[in-house]
Amino acid sequence: MCAAVSILTTVGILYVLISESSVFFTRVPITEFLFDTQWTPLFADKHFGILPLVTGTMLTSAIAVSVALPIGLSIAVYLNEYAPKSFRKFLKPILEILAAIPTVVYGFFALMVITPFLQQFFPDMAGFNALSPGIVMGIMIIPMISSLSEDALYAVPTSLREASYGIGATRFQTSFRVLVPAASSGIIVSVILAISRAVGETMIVAIAAGQQPRLTFNPFVPVETITTYIVQVSLGDVVQGSIEYQTIFAAGIALFALTFILNNISFYIKRKFQEKYE
Amino acid sequence: MSKRVDTNRIIDGLFRYFGIACTLFGLLMLGIFLYSVISEGFSRLDWQFFTSLPSRKPEQAGILIPLFGTMWVMILTSMIAIPLGVASGIYLEEYGKKNRLASLIEINITNLAGVPSIIYGLLALEIFVRILGLGKSLLAGSLTLALLILPIIIVATREALKAVPKTIREASYALGATKWQTTWYQILPASSGGIVTGVILAISRAIGETAPLIVIGAMLYITTLPTSPMDDFSVLPIQIFNWLSRPQKGFIINATAAIIVLLSITFILNGIAIYLRNRWQKKVKW
Amino acid sequence: MVKEMSKDKLLAEKVNVFYDEAHVIKDVSISIQPNTVTAFIGPSGCGKSTFLRLINRMNDYIDGFRKTGSILIDGEDIYDRKVRVEDLRKQIGMVFQKPNPFPKSIYENIVYGLRIQGISNKSVLDETVERSLRRAAIWDEVKDNLNKSALSLSGGQQQRICIARTLAVEPSIVLMDEPASALDPISTSKIEQLIHELKSQYTIIIVTHNMQQAGRVSDKVAFFYLGELIEFSETKEIFINPKKELTQNYITGRFG
Repeated sequence: MCAAVSILTTVGILYVLISESSVFFTRVPITEFLFDTQWTPLFADKHFGILPLVTGTMLTSAIAVSVALPIGLSIAVYLNEYAPKSFRKFLKPILEILAAIPTVVYGFFALMVITPFLQQFFPDMAGFNALSPGIVMGIMIIPMISSLSEDALYAVPTSLREASYGIGATRFQTSFRVLVPAASSGIIVSVILAISRAVGETMIVAIAAGQQPRLTFNPFVPVETITTYIVQVSLGDVVQGSIEYQTIFAAGIALFALTFILNNISFYIKRKFQEKYE
Repeated sequence: MSKRVDTNRIIDGLFRYFGIACTLFGLLMLGIFLYSVISEGFSRLDWQFFTSLPSRKPEQAGILIPLFGTMWVMILTSMIAIPLGVASGIYLEEYGKKNRLASLIEINITNLAGVPSIIYGLLALEIFVRILGLGKSLLAGSLTLALLILPIIIVATREALKAVPKTIREASYALGATKWQTTWYQILPASSGGIVTGVILAISRAIGETAPLIVIGAMLYITTLPTSPMDDFSVLPIQIFNWLSRPQKGFIINATAAIIVLLSITFILNGIAIYLRNRWQKKVKW
Repeated sequence: MVKEMSKDKLLAEKVNVFYDEAHVIKDVSISIQPNTVTAFIGPSGCGKSTFLRLINRMNDYIDGFRKTGSILIDGEDIYDRKVRVEDLRKQIGMVFQKPNPFPKSIYENIVYGLRIQGISNKSVLDETVERSLRRAAIWDEVKDNLNKSALSLSGGQQQRICIARTLAVEPSIVLMDEPASALDPISTSKIEQLIHELKSQYTIIIVTHNMQQAGRVSDKVAFFYLGELIEFSETKEIFINPKKELTQNYITGRFG
């Protein structure tokens, strides 16, 4: 009865995305959607290939994860094996604060702090680019990776630790040769969830990445992601029922598919992982 | 042999510093960000800023309307999401049978918690704004955000309920209490700290959301205060976004000042939640 | 239909319990007299706790629980459809292995059983609190601190609070599932002393894995093994002159 709301919501999301997209797909063949390399539904010469948006999303997310993974994992290892308890207590609230900051605010940092800073090193970098929001997204998801990985490391049985130290291994060796592999499923889960978060992120990219859909892996130029495209259209005057209107739902369904697959892979891994230790 | 051991120890020591550096990196970034925001925007905060309407001139523009909108949204969203979410959480955790339907619902809720917020905006656009004809009103916005944070509240409620030991339930039943009496008189009071914490954190998340509200059409530029749930509205994060999209320096300063306000609200809410959580954990030492 | 007036407080006949396919209680029949202390003994997993929980129907919550046979208390079938299980549990109190006071004050712990029946008259509640705490032999220790959290007491004191809580609803039968196994020796002997005193007003059934304890507190002993009731007789008899070899082996410590 109350819980029916959650089912209704899922049904609602699917219904909306599918119904609007299906109209879209009657006008644009799905092969073109998936494989055309230009996305210009708002221009006169219309192309509907989603690849530029997907690469924009992938590029920013990849940058984010490549920042967050080493740092987040190192924090997790450090807190688990090296740090005194007091340090951990001190750090946890800081990480919670990082996770609680609204994304608009992060967007500001990307645009006004990180981009100018980076431009000192890369003078050719455009004011809107993929690197800056990517880095800031990475900072935003560090708490996610570090706290989930820390839980995974903590769950590794003490007997494995003792075996490794007993042979004379250093903390570094124990951590990276024994504990991390043992906790790998939990760590992978955290990474996948972090990727999913980055893929679905809107405001940081909307503010700092520009709105030029481009099929590129160059982090120094403006790009557009699936999410920022939806924002762009919503900000403008788009007629309901027009094909431009339907494009946001087509984009939405692509986004939903991506995050849905990522999330469920991680749930699957998590379930198998739990079975192993019980 | 000893040379290898020495290398290992050096790496070990180096990593320790690296680990500290990574940990402090987050702290450092936070510090830089806060500093940049406060240094630029603090001076802009004055009574005029809080009480002015939008304007083409940045020095005259203020956050009265979006601030009002944020307050309204916070209240409306709470009114919708909290009773629904907590009740669902209680129902699922205490009364639900452990059958396939139950696990399906659980998977469903976990999935919903991972759906990007902008998709909630798309859902709301079709259903609330168009089909139900609510337009881009406060009510539509609050419903959208309520749906967004509902899974969070449900999960938090369930976790808090799960933490109450089975023995308390057994003792209550053995005295002849019904399921409802046990839930109402024992389980809920014992888990209330955890539930309240989860709820506050969810609300804090809701007022920081921008994307779904933009999608349903929350206005970037409105000139009147909303007075009823059916009115057009704007919220702080949207105003910040708007100002950041303008080239004039004056608007950027406005944006930073608004950020200070938004961050203050967020930090206060989160701070209250954490304080409550600590107090609750001390009180019910199992 | 005339029901034969039975003097038994509790009469179980041919009771079988299944959890899904597992047959955990096999054809147990037993009769227990009022104002006696009966001890259920036996090795781990023999079914004594399961059988105990049949009496106040705490097994109802376990998935796959099935029962055949009958259990009558004061001549009435407690599993009858018309029986409201909440009312049944007000007649039968239960004390658990690990003390489980509610995270509330001592006072609130005791009166909970009354509050859920709708009793809110302060003088009635106050009087019940004092009476129950006295019967549980803990009144003097806590009378000045009734508003303190029950969790702040020691393990032995918490268990006596739980006993007081159980007595507050005036049951006629008190079930105890290894009530002293989590306590230190001094608290244990206080509880055993308590059982002795309570016998005059209540019918007590206690599950224990400690045979010396069974010998100290009980009038009759029931020995369970692998779900069956092997022997049920006067305490003295079972320890000095057991009729079954299995009983003899358990008592002399050959297993369990």
